[in-house]
Amino acid sequence: MISARKLVITVAALAVTAGLAGCGEREQVVVYQQGKYQGKPDTKPWDNDPGASVYTSSKWAKGDQGGWETALKSRTQNQNEYVRIGDQ
Amino acid sequence: MARMKFLCDDERCIACNGCVTACKQENEVPWGVNRRRVVTLNEGVRGERSISVACMHCSDAPCMAVCPVDCFYHTEEGVVLHDKDMCIGCGYCFYACPFGAPQFPQAGAFGMRGKMDKCTFCAGGPEKDNSKEEFAKYGSNRLAQGKLPACAEMCSTKALLGGDGDVIADIFRNRAIKRGKGSEVWGWGTAYGKPDHPQQQAPTGAKS
Repeated sequence: MISARKLVITVAALAVTAGLAGCGEREQVVVYQQGKYQGKPDTKPWDNDPGASVYTSSKWAKGDQGGWETALKSRTQNQNEYVRIGDQ
Repeated sequence: MARMKFLCDDERCIACNGCVTACKQENEVPWGVNRRRVVTLNEGVRGERSISVACMHCSDAPCMAVCPVDCFYHTEEGVVLHDKDMCIGCGYCFYACPFGAPQFPQAGAFGMRGKMDKCTFCAGGPEKDNSKEEFAKYGSNRLAQGKLPACAEMCSTKALLGGDGDVIADIFRNRAIKRGKGSEVWGWGTAYGKPDHPQQQAPTGAKS
């Protein structure tokens, strides 16, 4: 009999706790701090797997910032016709 | 790496608007929004010049300074981006920008301003790189694919250069020297013109 009563009390306590948890209030807006970006964080371009995109000619290892920069610098030289076509 | 920059060579730009078209196509920019445009100075007059203008990704960006909700950020490569989920479309950035880069799509039937849209240097935005969400909000993320902005890469005369500031400055410097001009194409006099009356000097001395 006592154990049944204890069980009822325990279940009731759990139900009340679970019910009250649903009443919790969460911050709906960002806490404004002037001059500070509070949007979503952005990923770095070199954190991508270069093989993931279909028509990619640049190669670097995932997460290798130096490799990505080197790949981009060599690609930038495609805009230099003195290199691309050759010095006339 | 220095900062990502655009450089437009007005000696070469032929105002073909290929860069504008490339940007529109690459990023599927909505009707009424022009992330890039070609400006012609002294049109029809001998010696007219055209340049391609978009967001210059300023190191000390005025749009960033005036934004009331601080939705702008600088990436590590010096690209100015913003979070469209935070943007309230107030238009302050448009007033602050000296290049007219921020654009506002018309949202709704009553001419309401939508969220600001601008050139991203083909670097997407704060969403998962090359995801559907990123493309829908910000357009293509070519930097994450190891590519440069579409406008610069497809420019037929290579007037528009885009990439690491130091590298494109070297390309342009080499080009200017190869044109048969040397040191005179660089410096203050070229950028701001020579004074009409060199003998006239700015007044010096203490204020009365």
